Amino acid sequence: MTDVLDPPVHVEHHDGGHEEHHGPTGILNWLTSTDHKVIGLSYTVTSVIMLVIGGLFAEIIRGQLATPNGTLVSLAQYNELFTMHGSVMIYLFAGPFAFGALANIIVPIQIGAPDMAFPRLNALSYWLYLTGSITMLSGFFTAGGAANFGWVGYAPLSNSLNTPGAGADLWIGGLLLTGFSAIFTGVNLCATIFYLRAPGMTMFRMPIFTWNMLVTAILILLAFPVLTAGLVMLYADRHFGTHIFSVAGGGVPVLWQHIFWFWGHPEVYILALPFFGMVTEVIAVFSRKPVFGYKGMIFATLTIAALSLGVWAHHMFTTGVVLLPFFSIMSLLIAVPTGIKMFNWIGTMWKGQIWFSTAMLMALGFLFTFLIGGLTGIYLASPPLDFFTHDTYFVIAHFHSVVMALVFGGMAGLYYWGPKFTGYLLNEKFGKMQFWLLFIGTQLFTIPLYILGLDGMPRRMAVYPNDPQWKTLNDISTLGAVLIGLSTVLFVINIVVSWKKYPAGDNPWDAQTLEWFTTSPPPHHNFYRLPQIRSERPTWDHNHPNYRSLQHGVHEGVHTLDATEESHV
Amino acid sequence: MKVEAKILLGLGLFFGLMCLVYWNWSLENAGGVMMFAGMLLGFLPGGYYYWWSRRMAPRPEDNPQAAQAESSVVVGAFPGSSIFPFVMGMGAFFVVLALVFGIWLLVPGLGLVVWALLGGTAEGRRSGEH
Repeated sequence: MTDVLDPPVHVEHHDGGHEEHHGPTGILNWLTSTDHKVIGLSYTVTSVIMLVIGGLFAEIIRGQLATPNGTLVSLAQYNELFTMHGSVMIYLFAGPFAFGALANIIVPIQIGAPDMAFPRLNALSYWLYLTGSITMLSGFFTAGGAANFGWVGYAPLSNSLNTPGAGADLWIGGLLLTGFSAIFTGVNLCATIFYLRAPGMTMFRMPIFTWNMLVTAILILLAFPVLTAGLVMLYADRHFGTHIFSVAGGGVPVLWQHIFWFWGHPEVYILALPFFGMVTEVIAVFSRKPVFGYKGMIFATLTIAALSLGVWAHHMFTTGVVLLPFFSIMSLLIAVPTGIKMFNWIGTMWKGQIWFSTAMLMALGFLFTFLIGGLTGIYLASPPLDFFTHDTYFVIAHFHSVVMALVFGGMAGLYYWGPKFTGYLLNEKFGKMQFWLLFIGTQLFTIPLYILGLDGMPRRMAVYPNDPQWKTLNDISTLGAVLIGLSTVLFVINIVVSWKKYPAGDNPWDAQTLEWFTTSPPPHHNFYRLPQIRSERPTWDHNHPNYRSLQHGVHEGVHTLDATEESHV
Repeated sequence: MKVEAKILLGLGLFFGLMCLVYWNWSLENAGGVMMFAGMLLGFLPGGYYYWWSRRMAPRPEDNPQAAQAESSVVVGAFPGSSIFPFVMGMGAFFVVLALVFGIWLLVPGLGLVVWALLGGTAEGRRSGEH
């Protein structure tokens, strides 16, 4: 039985029509809630814990590399550490933080929806993510240790002869669980955005963040099933005696690379696009301007997504069996829509009244760091340069510039939207200190790695020749990693210091999109009332009737629902 | 609904073209097959949405001049809280652990999954009433 909202008519709700939602509280609420905000908060906390775990692995790796023949960890432990650092950061932090945590909380509110389209599926996604994370990390407690074949799990290194033991199987199992979690979230986001928008919220009035999440969700649906299928084949090779990826039985090892990177390259954009969206929102709000080139931005997002599905083999240039010109052209083409985005971000700031809050500083840090990572990506799209730098620290530096940029974007998102879903602001002074530590740390961490890579230092090595220049560069990089670690500690301190101290109010930033129209934190089912939606900035239009985004004649006012109707919205 | 359909159809078209170019040029099958499957994933839902977009009454969320009173959001079909996603998640957890630590773990795993399926379906039929 369903109720169709029809405000003039009084509809009896199953719960009796109260504005308060009476559900379980405490731990039972955490276990049973299907509210997208509670699930999103669980995702946020879990994924930030994963960031800290992955960060600790990174600090140990950098500690080992601080001296040429480091003895902090054994060679075998080092293999486990770099594998799990990559796996935790990519599979368990960056993706779930973007499409599980922030998108889950923000997208339904941005489009005026009461919840996600499939609330119980949404809860299932979280439990699969949590159990998948536990499965993958529990490899450390098995006799043979965690997976140690690199986060890409290349065959034949990952077969049962070269990597026996439970750690590798737990890695595969964890990825199966988190993979399904991502697919379910993708389905949920698509259905929510297609079917639960508020009246007047046409597709081309959706905030850029929601647009980016829609495109991300479509990419998830295209890419993740391929990875899941590949993992099943890998497991079959390991345990059922199949020879899909082994030459011995007539299989093709490179097939694993094709399958992995057909997921892996779109995954890069599954990670990046949500953060592009966050940064777009933050820059527009703190520049006091609408997004410059709104439709161009959407076009760029769609183009990046489409192209990202045709570039996977640029990770495989040196295998010698891929079509170099095709993948090189497609990879270079991605620079065009990404460049459009860069110019639109600058255009949004141009002549704006910029407010240098922590969120805005983080967004600017994103722009700078992402520019370095993006430009070096263009180098790597060229096969002759890639042959020279493949599997050196140049590649490491390139993608760490990119993913550190995403950390800036994520922090911008947390400082910007955190007040919305907690109801409290974070301390700006600590936030700015965190920004400067993170910014200086990131550049000190990545730039020496570019030089080391061009000088030929290979990745995934626990020791390196005792060369004074290499030692200095590695030391600078380790110092940068320590600063990044300190900035994370500062973030945690900031949360503790500003715990329930600075009430945010509904709209602390004078922001533009619909989530700032409701209370902080939003009520169950999100809205007591909705404004008329006549542009992509409904909240701004409502708060600034004289400076509306688009002129539509007479101001039409706000349709207000009373308490009885509200519980159905 | 038309915009949604066009995005997916555009995706299918892109994959179709890429598939043609790539398969003929590269003589490598894995990528061609995956692009073909990607084309289907664009065309199937895209075609469905397009078919419906021509037959259904325009929705308020597609009308730029819609008033909030026109909202057609359906609420109350799903329970506000439910234990079954958690039960299902734990079931899946045990099923995956069975892949690593022994087939006997399938017993609690599948047991939990079946319980969650039955319970969740019954709960859905009651549409949230306890």
